[in-house]
Amino acid sequence: MTTRIIFAGSGGQGIQFSGKQMAKTGMHMDKNVTFLPSYGPEMRGGTSNCTVVISDEDIGSPSVTTPDILVAMNLPSFEKFESKVAAGGTIFCDSTLVEKKSERDDIKAIYIPATGMANDNGLTGFANVIILGYMLKETGIFDYDEFKEFLLSGIPAAKTALIEKNAKALELGYNFKA
Amino acid sequence: MSKKVLMKGNEAIAEAAIASGCVHFFGYPITPQTEIAEYMAKRLPKVGGVCLQAESEVAAVNMLMGAVSTGTRAMTSSSSPGISLKSEGISYIAGCDLPCLVVNVQRGGPGLGGIQPSQQDYYQATRGVGHGDLRLIVVAPSSVQEMASLTAEALDLADTYRMPAMLLADGALGQMMEPVAFSAFPKRDLPEKSWATNGHGFKRKKNITNSLYIDPNVLEQTIIDRYAKYAEIEKNEVKYEEYMTDDADIVIVAFGITARICKSAVAEARRAGIKAGLLRPITLWPFPKAAISEVADHAKVLLSVEMSMGQMVDDVRLAVNGKRPVHFFGRTGGVIPSVEEVTAQIKALAENL
Amino acid sequence: MKTVFERPHALSDVPLHYCPGCTHGIVHRLVAEVIDELGIEGNTVGIAPVGCSVFAYNYFECDMIEAAHGRAPAVATGVKRTHPETVVFTYQGDGDLAAIGTAETVHSATRGENITVIFINNCIYGMTGGQMAPTTLPGQVTTTSPYGRKRSIQGNPIRVCEMLSTLDGVALAQRVSVDSPKNIIAAKKAIKKAFQNQIDGKGFSIVEVLSTCPTNWGMTPTDALQWLRDNMMPYYPLGVYKDAEALKDGE
Repeated sequence: MTTRIIFAGSGGQGIQFSGKQMAKTGMHMDKNVTFLPSYGPEMRGGTSNCTVVISDEDIGSPSVTTPDILVAMNLPSFEKFESKVAAGGTIFCDSTLVEKKSERDDIKAIYIPATGMANDNGLTGFANVIILGYMLKETGIFDYDEFKEFLLSGIPAAKTALIEKNAKALELGYNFKA
Repeated sequence: MSKKVLMKGNEAIAEAAIASGCVHFFGYPITPQTEIAEYMAKRLPKVGGVCLQAESEVAAVNMLMGAVSTGTRAMTSSSSPGISLKSEGISYIAGCDLPCLVVNVQRGGPGLGGIQPSQQDYYQATRGVGHGDLRLIVVAPSSVQEMASLTAEALDLADTYRMPAMLLADGALGQMMEPVAFSAFPKRDLPEKSWATNGHGFKRKKNITNSLYIDPNVLEQTIIDRYAKYAEIEKNEVKYEEYMTDDADIVIVAFGITARICKSAVAEARRAGIKAGLLRPITLWPFPKAAISEVADHAKVLLSVEMSMGQMVDDVRLAVNGKRPVHFFGRTGGVIPSVEEVTAQIKALAENL
Repeated sequence: MKTVFERPHALSDVPLHYCPGCTHGIVHRLVAEVIDELGIEGNTVGIAPVGCSVFAYNYFECDMIEAAHGRAPAVATGVKRTHPETVVFTYQGDGDLAAIGTAETVHSATRGENITVIFINNCIYGMTGGQMAPTTLPGQVTTTSPYGRKRSIQGNPIRVCEMLSTLDGVALAQRVSVDSPKNIIAAKKAIKKAFQNQIDGKGFSIVEVLSTCPTNWGMTPTDALQWLRDNMMPYYPLGVYKDAEALKDGE
């Protein structure tokens, strides 16, 4: 089983964090993982994306042209990658920032107003974690409780506010009803 | 550190170097390898080493020459345009028979080029980088784990043969993260550095580190001696990996990150019933000539896949020596070939078998 | 019999290749005497340049490294940073130090690299046969300024000690000459200080030595010494341009 994910959005939305967290969790669960970020001026203020491959087998290419999962957190990212998602794949779209809808019928498109939900719940900046929460439920790629425990254990214990916000955001996403 | 950690390729190089006792680093920032210098700057002061940011790549490589002249393990790293600048120092280091590690995390060229991954410096690396008759030992990792293990290996090879070694990576390998373990790098028995210019202490005759020989006959002899050493290396140190080549009709030759993509393409082709395989050179110099020649005895066609307009393909053709057709597919300028593109190349070749 | 004069131990017992009347030999001797007097030959590493003194690695008895053109201060940095207990000196000419190696010179100086630099300024490229140097004087004829160096065409010369004296990392910047016994004695004092500074950890020390090149200037050795006094000294005044301790952390 191999899952190939592209996370894409703007710099500052936690795109790289989401990707790294997925890769770290995969490693924690004894899977093979690769995390390939975009780098250079591309990252500064502009679009940010990264590719994560999680697999039970050895991973060949760390770069992916047809992801199984796309997380699109702004319109340019949606427009850049939507057509590339593999048939049967899933798009998770931050619908607060992406007003467009996918017209493809061979993929599943999920619209979650993550940025709005984050702002309404005092979780500004945690839209990416909200999406991760829902992605776990929808794809079952990792066990929710295990993912949550590993995520929170990676945050220094002194940063209680950060731990609470991550936990709350993940939960909010997990319990979201599309 | 035997537990696996998720790390960038660049950081893995730095950590592996430190774990191998290379705690002196001289560099200059350039994308996409700057994390090596940053990692060194953070770690080296804590382990009694020195990380010095030079005023240029030229200065950095000459600081490296000074450092390794004293018998100290040391390294520098850069990316393509910076390696061109370092070529002067690399030639001098080779001419002085000094061991060192030079890392090239390649980006697109020529000129300022771009910052995305490339393999366009294959010719430069495998032909000695600098002026004169010279070689570098060139290792080409294809995973973050190999970024670490081949760093350790290259340092040992350099010391064993008293010559510069290059780790030839690319921007993707430098930036990507994968689990990596730093335990149990195989260690070699390394020769004494009795040639070091670190002060004779009135205990021995003075040592001279030098690459200047005014008498052409003397210079010729030093080069002939060096080439005898190169022949030993070609005999003893060739490394490569084969993947499904045994019964393959179509054998891809690819190194570094490109080999990863080709491995996926080979698997894809096999699913489509095509007998494809992959031969991945791990040492680019010495090049796995014999292995490729052997593969050409039973494969029907070879395909060199590179992130360039075709450089290694020349060496593949030399190794195959006309026995079989050798084709080329590449993307260049920082574009990474996709698994789909390579698979399509294999399928097109299969149709004409 | 009492020995009144002998070859310094640090100076190799081999014939030097320098032209008759060239002052390199004097400066070599001064450096070797200083190494002897400070008792540092065993832990000294010298860096030879590219230029007339390219074979300096054959002339000093300490460990020697032959650097690429202009890169001696970078090589010296590499030695000193890995072996702080060694005494490291470079011996460089004007083309090496002030043209191709300007960046290495300025940056090793401003870093306060704890090394000693002996800089031979003779206003010309000697080894390649008399081409214009960065220190060639205005109006001076060389093979690449055959009508005399013009400020509008070949640009202006560079005054190294004056320039380096502005840098916080420099402990000593002194210009001396070896045109007379008196100046030779003063030059030796300066060279000794430049080595002592390093032993005391004071930072970058450079001694610029005004020297002659009778061959490429097309003069007899005595005329060359007079030309140095008449033309070089006014443009490159002797003196101490900086004598301090390189600034350290927190200063």
